[in-house]
Amino acid sequence: MPLFRNIASMIALLPMIIISLTVFVGCIIYSFIYSLTNSKLIPVTNFVGFDQYERLFKQRKWDVAVENIFIYGFVFTIGCLIIGFLLAVLIDQKIRGESLFRTIFLYPYAMSFVVTGLVWKWVLNPTFGLENSMHMWGFSWFELDWLVNRDLAIYAVCIAAVWQGAGFVMVLMLAGLRGIDEDIWKSLSIEGVAKWKSYLFVILPMLRPMVVTAIVLIAAGVVKVYDLILALTSGGPGYATTTPAMYVMENFFSRANLGQAFAASIIMFISVVCILAPWAFYEFYLRNKYAAN
Amino acid sequence: MSTIPSGRRPKHLTVGRIGMYCFILVCAIFFLMPLYVMVITSLKDMDEIRAANILNLPKELSFYSWPKAWSQACTGFVCEGLKPGFFNSIKITVPSVIVSVGLSALNGYALAFWRFRGAYFFFGLCMFGAFIPYQVMVYPLLKIEDALGIYSTLPGIILVHTIFGMPILTLIFRNFYVSLPIDLFKAARIDGGNFIKIFLYVIIPMSAPITIVAVILQVTGIWNDFLLGLVFAGRDNQPMTVQLNNIVQVDYGVAEYNVDMSATILTSLVPLFVYFISGRWFVRGIAAGAIKG
Repeated sequence: MPLFRNIASMIALLPMIIISLTVFVGCIIYSFIYSLTNSKLIPVTNFVGFDQYERLFKQRKWDVAVENIFIYGFVFTIGCLIIGFLLAVLIDQKIRGESLFRTIFLYPYAMSFVVTGLVWKWVLNPTFGLENSMHMWGFSWFELDWLVNRDLAIYAVCIAAVWQGAGFVMVLMLAGLRGIDEDIWKSLSIEGVAKWKSYLFVILPMLRPMVVTAIVLIAAGVVKVYDLILALTSGGPGYATTTPAMYVMENFFSRANLGQAFAASIIMFISVVCILAPWAFYEFYLRNKYAAN
Repeated sequence: MSTIPSGRRPKHLTVGRIGMYCFILVCAIFFLMPLYVMVITSLKDMDEIRAANILNLPKELSFYSWPKAWSQACTGFVCEGLKPGFFNSIKITVPSVIVSVGLSALNGYALAFWRFRGAYFFFGLCMFGAFIPYQVMVYPLLKIEDALGIYSTLPGIILVHTIFGMPILTLIFRNFYVSLPIDLFKAARIDGGNFIKIFLYVIIPMSAPITIVAVILQVTGIWNDFLLGLVFAGRDNQPMTVQLNNIVQVDYGVAEYNVDMSATILTSLVPLFVYFISGRWFVRGIAAGAIKG
């Protein structure tokens, strides 16, 4: 009697089932429904079709937010992957002090985004920060005024984020590198292939699942970026470094413009689905199909 | 002893290796620089901060900023420093970790050994929740908690952390339990163990390694959280990260960078401590959280 046997299991999983349905599914449905209304301070059911979305796409601020998230997403993902992979390869060279270096490269990952943001805000401070240090050392041409520069502020965010996240990619890649069969290295060295070529053209393609996982995890995190920017630039100068997440939070909690916030959050959700869907399809459908053959 | 070379080529100190060490040192300096700046800034007085290079060691050690950051720095109208935030963070983190890890262990156990029809559908739904941006869920969840009467309370924020920790924790517990020998479970069944008994007497005693990983993951995650604490904890339970941001971002008065940096260090002490003492386990946690099952 399998149904009876598993009754305890069903009861045990009840909290998970309820949470999945009410929070994960329910909240999306709720947000979508109210994104079709003109709710301001409180949610009202005064439906206005897709007006909120239309208004959203006309907002200059939203355009800036979307542009920023693309810049940030691209620079942060690529930066983390390149630096993370490089560090993993270097640490894999049987260097002295391996665990010390690994500790150094990973510790920022243990810190809060708020802490990361505040530290870099101080380091990049236009009056007292690194720019000042370089001037004191006689490099008077040196400029590092990114935090007060509308065009460059978002790259300051990227540097802080890469500083925090590169160690994570390094750990993932290092796990992959350590899993590479010794025989492959043997045959590569018998063939006389240069080390860097082996890494780039043989080993890296073998690590594809790791790379894909890293990209998906980073990209899913990119869309959420909020605390880091709040601490580092507060979205400024002006609204030069605002992001979709900040736009949503502002409209929820300080502008009392719920309809806009719901519409923007639904757009965020759709973009996450667009990132995840191909990966999920590959991971759970194609892989199982090939595994079955 | 075999003379056939095995593994990678033996390492001698070549030009390439010296270059490699140089590169890895430069990277290490980049990763350590913010920590260094944070510590030395907190040990300078404001006159020296204004006059001297941000990278210089303090001429005279000043411990003025530490007690100030801990118990006197102002957030808005209250000047109690970070101390209340520290205790709030403990009040939030300890129960949240216990509840979320306990519940997720039970979920993982039920999913691994007591599958019933549809269990994996809900598990998939739950996993999907790990990738939904918080911004889509904060407002509806706030409404749910409001209806339950726990919005802006300690139980409210604990529930939120339990919800958002559940997907990844359930996944790692399930993966761990699936890897246990199934015969063990069968033997316990034959001996008359039921759902609860097998969990308590067979499974929990074997769960130590994965529980450590889960606890590390949750302690650092919850301690470092900013957004959820900001929205759900309420004024009386604001976690340390939120107070830190309030202290540093005050709009009026003279900015005291040494106090800011002391406060930043104080906030990151707990996760850094966890990271430094747990080292390998922390890394394992990252890998476990990242690798899907």
